[in-house]
Amino acid sequence: MSHDYSIDPNNLPEDPSRVTAEGKMKHLGLWMFLGGETVLFASLFGTYIALKDSTAGGPTTQDLYGLELVFLMTLLLLTSSLTSVYAIYHMKNNNFKQMQLWFGITGLLGLGFLACEIYEFAHYITDYGFTFRSSAFGSAFYTLVGFHGGHVIFGLSWLIVLMVRNAKRGLDTYNAAKYNTFALYWHFIDVVWVFIFTVVYLMGMVS
Amino acid sequence: MTNNTTSNKAEAYRKQESKDEMKKQLISFGMMIAFTIIAFALVGTDVIQGSFLTILLFVLAFVQMMFQFLYFMHMKDKGHAEASGIIYGGFWVTFLVMLGLGVISWW
Amino acid sequence: MSTATQKRSFSAALWDYLTTVDHKKVGILYMAFGAFFFILGGLEALIIRIQLVKPENDFISAGFYNEMITMHGTTMIFFAAMPILIGLMNYIMPLQIGARDVAFPFLNGLGVWLFIMGGLLMNVSWFTGGAPDAGWTNYAPLSLQSPGHGINYYVMGLQLSGAGTLMSGINFIVTIVLMRGPGMTYMRMPLFSWTTLVASILILFAFPAFTIALFLMQFDRMFGSAFFDIALGGNSIIWQHLFWIFGHPEVYILILPAFGIFSEIFPTFSKKRLFGYTAMVFATFLIAFLGFMVWAHHMFTVGLGPVANAIFAIGTMAIAVPTGIKIFNWLLTMWGGSVAITTPMLYALGFIPSFTIGGMTGVMLGATVADFQYHDTYFVIAHFHYVIVGGVVFGILAAMHYWWPLMFNRVLNDKLGKLEFWLFFIGFHLTFFIQHFLGLMGMPRRYWVFLENQGLDLGNAISTVGAFFMAAGVIVFLYNVVYSYVKGEAAPQDPWDGRTLEWTVPTPVPFYNFKQLPLTRGLDPLWIEKMEGDGKMKPAEPLADIHMPNNSILPFLISSGFTLASFGFIYQLDGPVGRILIYIGMAFAIGCMIIRSLKDDHGYNVTKEELEKEGA
Repeated sequence: MSHDYSIDPNNLPEDPSRVTAEGKMKHLGLWMFLGGETVLFASLFGTYIALKDSTAGGPTTQDLYGLELVFLMTLLLLTSSLTSVYAIYHMKNNNFKQMQLWFGITGLLGLGFLACEIYEFAHYITDYGFTFRSSAFGSAFYTLVGFHGGHVIFGLSWLIVLMVRNAKRGLDTYNAAKYNTFALYWHFIDVVWVFIFTVVYLMGMVS
Repeated sequence: MTNNTTSNKAEAYRKQESKDEMKKQLISFGMMIAFTIIAFALVGTDVIQGSFLTILLFVLAFVQMMFQFLYFMHMKDKGHAEASGIIYGGFWVTFLVMLGLGVISWW
Repeated sequence: MSTATQKRSFSAALWDYLTTVDHKKVGILYMAFGAFFFILGGLEALIIRIQLVKPENDFISAGFYNEMITMHGTTMIFFAAMPILIGLMNYIMPLQIGARDVAFPFLNGLGVWLFIMGGLLMNVSWFTGGAPDAGWTNYAPLSLQSPGHGINYYVMGLQLSGAGTLMSGINFIVTIVLMRGPGMTYMRMPLFSWTTLVASILILFAFPAFTIALFLMQFDRMFGSAFFDIALGGNSIIWQHLFWIFGHPEVYILILPAFGIFSEIFPTFSKKRLFGYTAMVFATFLIAFLGFMVWAHHMFTVGLGPVANAIFAIGTMAIAVPTGIKIFNWLLTMWGGSVAITTPMLYALGFIPSFTIGGMTGVMLGATVADFQYHDTYFVIAHFHYVIVGGVVFGILAAMHYWWPLMFNRVLNDKLGKLEFWLFFIGFHLTFFIQHFLGLMGMPRRYWVFLENQGLDLGNAISTVGAFFMAAGVIVFLYNVVYSYVKGEAAPQDPWDGRTLEWTVPTPVPFYNFKQLPLTRGLDPLWIEKMEGDGKMKPAEPLADIHMPNNSILPFLISSGFTLASFGFIYQLDGPVGRILIYIGMAFAIGCMIIRSLKDDHGYNVTKEELEKEGA
């Protein structure tokens, strides 16, 4: 009757997150979800591209954007992607403490990214009067970047729940699957950011 | 006893493999950082201009994305056929959405 | 005493359905509420037809007419056709591929409650000062100008049910990829399971675009953004693009499962394997692929320019090729077979000419130049009712007769079934065939009245008569359901001499489906055993413990939380009550999600001993 999810330390599975049937389903299910997310963000990017020059006399992309903050945000998020890779590496070696540590660093970097984004939005609103309602461009900008920020917030909450819930329990094949799906989701957030800094900020500063 | 040595060997092999994997991922990370710096430098220094720069920026982003998908998210590994199918399908739909909203909507 | 037990058993059954994660019960919930909304949408259709029975009729007011057409379209597509099909997929697909459940039973429960609450939420608008009235396409800027809260209900209702549909899509894909039974390779899957997979992929790629479109609409209407506001640089074409990037794949989400249903019925009642199985699978994928590249044919008159229009016209016509492959394969399946004319087969036979007419008018509409003439006339109405009713609704009714013995342990009366078919079939053609000509004579769609002596009088009257024939057909079906239930004759296990795995389970279907998973030896596995073996599936595993998921009330509670928050969003501009509702609803829903995350739910095992006790 009991369910055995424990990992035998003398005979480690190649990938503890995909030992059980549920683990395999969660893994594939998350990939499917990311396929849908691709189209979700495609629609937002498309809307942004269609409206990016509709400034209604307000500030334009060239007035607003600066390279320094966006570069810092990019570094934070890219690095958090790498630290979650480290966490998964330790998960595969059945080293729970190291895994929690690296996921913790991932969360802190994500938090740093979020802080920068909030600062950036506040800066646009107070210094330029550039808001969600000031022009179609404003609506599209805040919606696209905000949806990404919302994904970061959701990811951070997910990570905190996972880490707190399993802090005393240690690693087993049941929660390894959960950690692994989170890591995949987090990488995807980074992928979306790569396109945001390219399409929104860099291309916005060029043309 | 013999059983133990085989499992030790398998363990050693597994460790070596995940070390190699880690090396690849570190190289990917280095490349991604490099690509990011190149992209920002291109825009910051105005070396290239016009539509060529836009295309170049896009290519840099695309390659970065593939590093994330293939190495960080293990899409290149076996057992990811369905996952890559869906992601490439998503690329195709993304292309169509961009075509619709980027090219054929105006006023 | 007896009423007390009855009451208890009623509340027990209610609790069972509120908490169920069993794919069969979830499927029945989908179908039951789908049927409810189907009848509701049908009544709305009757009211529309009564209004149009004679020139300058004043049966209902112009504003109410707008609400009617909007709710009829939205209800039929999102809350009737799609849920009934998803219900069928839920019930049948796991049985067909030899699985004990879907991959994510909890998500399945969540999906069905989101759909039910989304549908009910939208219909609440009738009683709170007016339903949505900008057409089911809800084009901006018309939808932004609409006063009252109707459009807000449209946005939130569809957002809720759309999220549920997306979950189902992911669920079905993972189920089919990972949970096919022993020996069930991809190319041995029945066509209905194949079309479930392809329709799910379409759901996965199409619905997010609609989610974003609805968000933009919500932001514009409720938070003062400017996506569609021309004064601030907005662009209403964005809504049209996003709506149709979703909307065109949506019609394939509807029709592909119907194709799958007919691909089960033709072989069963012709006693022949499906002709060109591989070509059918390939054609399904081709339709799905092309279906994504043609959305702008709904927008020919927007002014996209001749190049874009030409590309989309060619893409549109190309879809006729894989569809034609399917039509010919069905015809050749019957060729030389021993055809039995039962009710499901009658629907299948009626489907072929009806759908082909719809396909041909589709090609006509795809011709850009001619489309400028057809656009927004009754020709378009006739076209899409020929594909949706002649394809999807015929498919649903056929599936009901075909799978009813499996799902409800009763065989529907065949004589009544045939009466129902003829009423529905004749009514359908009476209603919609004449509308082609009304359209060609210039009658525009969505108009409240038409003038007399313009050659439109007789056609409209005939159309209305036809609508009542269809209603009579549906009433006969409902009578048939009651009749077979009251008669109480239990259905045999395999009433149609079936070919696929769903006919190998006993009726009523045990909650674990298969005591021992069957070994599939080829396409039409049951038929192979009937021809080469003793007609019984060989078990692929010894009798062992079966792992099943636990029931949970959380899906219902999460959906309730989001529904409450939706009410908040709808009324948030009217004062603080709305905003408070948003916070309460969201907090409740997210709280339930966190509980789900914190509490381990490993399910339970049905032990070997219990299974042995239940007998063979």
